[in-house]
Amino acid sequence: MLKIQKKQGVSQEFDALLRILSVVVALIAAGIVMAFLGYNPIELYQKMIKGALGTDFNRAATVRKCIPLLTMSLGVSIAFKMKFWNIGAEGQFYMGAFGATLVWMLCPDLPIYVMLPLMALAAIVSGGLFALIPAILKHKLGTSETLVTLMLNYIAIKWITYLSLGPWKDPGEGGQAKIYAFTENARLPEVFGVHIGWIVALILVVAVYILMRFSKFGFEIAVLGENPDTARYAGMNVTKTLIIAVLLSGGICGLAGMLQATGSEGRLGDNISAGLGFTAIITAWLAKLSAPMILVSSFLFAVLLQGGSSLGALTNIPASVAETIQGIILFFVLASEFFTNYKIVFKRKEAKK
Amino acid sequence: MNDICVKLEGICKSFGSVKANHNINFDVRRGEIHALLGENGSGKSTLMNILSGIYSPDSGSIELYGKPAVLTSPQDSIAAGIGMVHQHFKLVDVLTAKENIIGGNKDSGFFTGGRAMSAKIKQIEDQYGLHLDPDKKVYNMSVSEKQTCEILKVLYRGAKILILDEPTAVLTPQEITVLFDILRKMKAQGCSIVIITHKLAEVLEISDRVTILRKGESITTLDTTQTNATELTELMVGHPISLDIECAEVEDSLKHEILSVKELTVLNGEHRKALDSISFTLSSGEILGVAGIAGSGQKELCETIAGLDKVAGGDIIFKDSSIVGLTPRDIIKRGITMSFIPEDRLGMGLVGSMSVIDNVLLKSYQNMPGIFMNRKEGKQLADGIIKRFDISTPSANHTVKKLSGGNIQKVLLGREINLNPELLITAYPVRGLDIGASYNIYDVLNEQKKKGVGILFIGEDLDVLLGISDRIMVLHEGKVMGIVNARETNKQKLGLMMLGHTENEGGSSNA
Repeated sequence: MLKIQKKQGVSQEFDALLRILSVVVALIAAGIVMAFLGYNPIELYQKMIKGALGTDFNRAATVRKCIPLLTMSLGVSIAFKMKFWNIGAEGQFYMGAFGATLVWMLCPDLPIYVMLPLMALAAIVSGGLFALIPAILKHKLGTSETLVTLMLNYIAIKWITYLSLGPWKDPGEGGQAKIYAFTENARLPEVFGVHIGWIVALILVVAVYILMRFSKFGFEIAVLGENPDTARYAGMNVTKTLIIAVLLSGGICGLAGMLQATGSEGRLGDNISAGLGFTAIITAWLAKLSAPMILVSSFLFAVLLQGGSSLGALTNIPASVAETIQGIILFFVLASEFFTNYKIVFKRKEAKK
Repeated sequence: MNDICVKLEGICKSFGSVKANHNINFDVRRGEIHALLGENGSGKSTLMNILSGIYSPDSGSIELYGKPAVLTSPQDSIAAGIGMVHQHFKLVDVLTAKENIIGGNKDSGFFTGGRAMSAKIKQIEDQYGLHLDPDKKVYNMSVSEKQTCEILKVLYRGAKILILDEPTAVLTPQEITVLFDILRKMKAQGCSIVIITHKLAEVLEISDRVTILRKGESITTLDTTQTNATELTELMVGHPISLDIECAEVEDSLKHEILSVKELTVLNGEHRKALDSISFTLSSGEILGVAGIAGSGQKELCETIAGLDKVAGGDIIFKDSSIVGLTPRDIIKRGITMSFIPEDRLGMGLVGSMSVIDNVLLKSYQNMPGIFMNRKEGKQLADGIIKRFDISTPSANHTVKKLSGGNIQKVLLGREINLNPELLITAYPVRGLDIGASYNIYDVLNEQKKKGVGILFIGEDLDVLLGISDRIMVLHEGKVMGIVNARETNKQKLGLMMLGHTENEGGSSNA
């Protein structure tokens, strides 16, 4: 008979090993599925890796995918540490991109070194304020931030759709619902073939790491997340901590929107996040909310995403196969969490003599 | 011997590297009350969880009525007539007693049934002298009624062997008497009862035999009539220990009033009065004990003085100025510290998943300069507290929740005392601690008292309160029933006051 038992403590090495193992098992399982579909799994994997890391062009594409993912992961990790379940990275991303675009629409002729910082600031403020809505609702009325942040995502996306259909529609694009493309003074410059968003993201990794690990504020966030009663009892200003942390979380997600719009896309649109705001939740979680590990998990996911999409582009294999692989890997990695906390023991039913 | 109904032999059970039970031998006779005595962490609950099928032993044999048995799930145990009443009741709040009793019962079919069930419950009640309205909702029940409901539940399922885990911990002396009467009645009708406890007086009062566990091993089994409190303590702790709690003498020159609470009223979440116009004073160098049934306003009292709860009326004067309306931070700065130890020990005051250093820093980090945590200073602070209070931990970086209960308590109390408070509020500081560790804590408190600290001691064990306090205040439903000199009262009087009789009423009528 099988029995599930809770484990006492698990070493970090074991935990890491388990995660690596889960990815390996997932790749094998996905390989079996692909073999059933009539593809050669080893060949497919090779193609995926090549598609993500094979050429300069592919590597750049991977990094471009990684930037918003990494940035948003860092953003949500701050809120998650406080056990504020901000799953509204998508919405904050779009509102951030919107805020940045608004700056450009209002004063389009600013020199680039004024324009970009101003756009970034606008993005951080818009994203942060957008995240504040669920925080205030939760604080005042006790609503679930999970639901509110989720719902606000759709509002933000539809707001961008509206802009692209009407007020900000570029007539030059003919029938297509596209917003005006940024002029050069509102485009992020490139370093090593990728827009400088990657530098911003790396700085953020360090900044978030220091903030969460060494600062008083990071300590307050962690205490508040672990035990709000203790936070109050220790004399922390719970409301202030909540508000600043949420502003920061949403602000970073908003900044991701600005980086994506002005860096990779060249214009605001209602699909520029490609759903990465949701993937960011997974990468943050898998990294156990540690900033350096988020860098690792975000990069690996970017490889997976880019590899998958190049598979669809370069071969006759439908992109849905790549998505299947992603799904299987996710499933296994998340399931491995179970084994870090529990073990299964085999028990014989007969009486021992 | 066919009057032995349970026989456990060589039971071993490990959790990770911890040997919770090691080679334990234990048997229960038909129609006896068998006390299982041991300190916290000695393996009592693990052993009984094995008997009730929640855990499976790593090795060892279980015999029921002379036949080998395998208990792999609670259902197996229930089928074998073993029922356990847990320390933390497992009742569904929104349901009635009856619904709780028949819930999970296999043969009750799809419908909960009506009169037939009530009749059977009534019959069990009459048989054992229990009293409980089957249609009363659990959330309306007092603690002792909930316990009765739990007992009814296991009896309804046909249990002939009852295990009670610390049944008296939550009861007043009067309620304990009633419970013991019920247990004796059950015994007379052939039920076997295992009662887990660490209170010696109760062991001597109720049990026929007693088995002592220490550090996961069974030390011995004695006939209760052949032993006494001193011997039992020695067996339980492993070395002789004095059972007297010191109430330190303090020079009068050190004593002056530092806290004065005037007609304090506090509302709880449901806008009911959690504290109803209570008044008392506390002087430096004094321990004021607070007694009361759980939930009589103790938590609100602590939290209000610490600035966590809003005051609805009245005043709190600390050293000549009102502290009502101040933030917790300001109150900490004035030299008031509060340590409230809830049942899970980590609820308010500690963060379980953080290190000793971070927990020690909780109260002092805000006074450090700069925006960064100074963990170097924190480590020194933590090492100092670890040394001063003899906390056993691998290092100051160790996660608090992985420490033992006594050490967790010492981290909390040590941090508070290290702040050199003038007023120390401590609630249940020895909750879950073994005897040695408890006495350690009493010593620490007495030492503070001698230094002129005023201590508000919220306790649950009346013997302890009587021993350590100068005066005892009794709370009942948020009201003060009386404040008495600890030397001039006794458990019976306190018990009556806890039930709502005022100091001078003499217990003739129920308030």
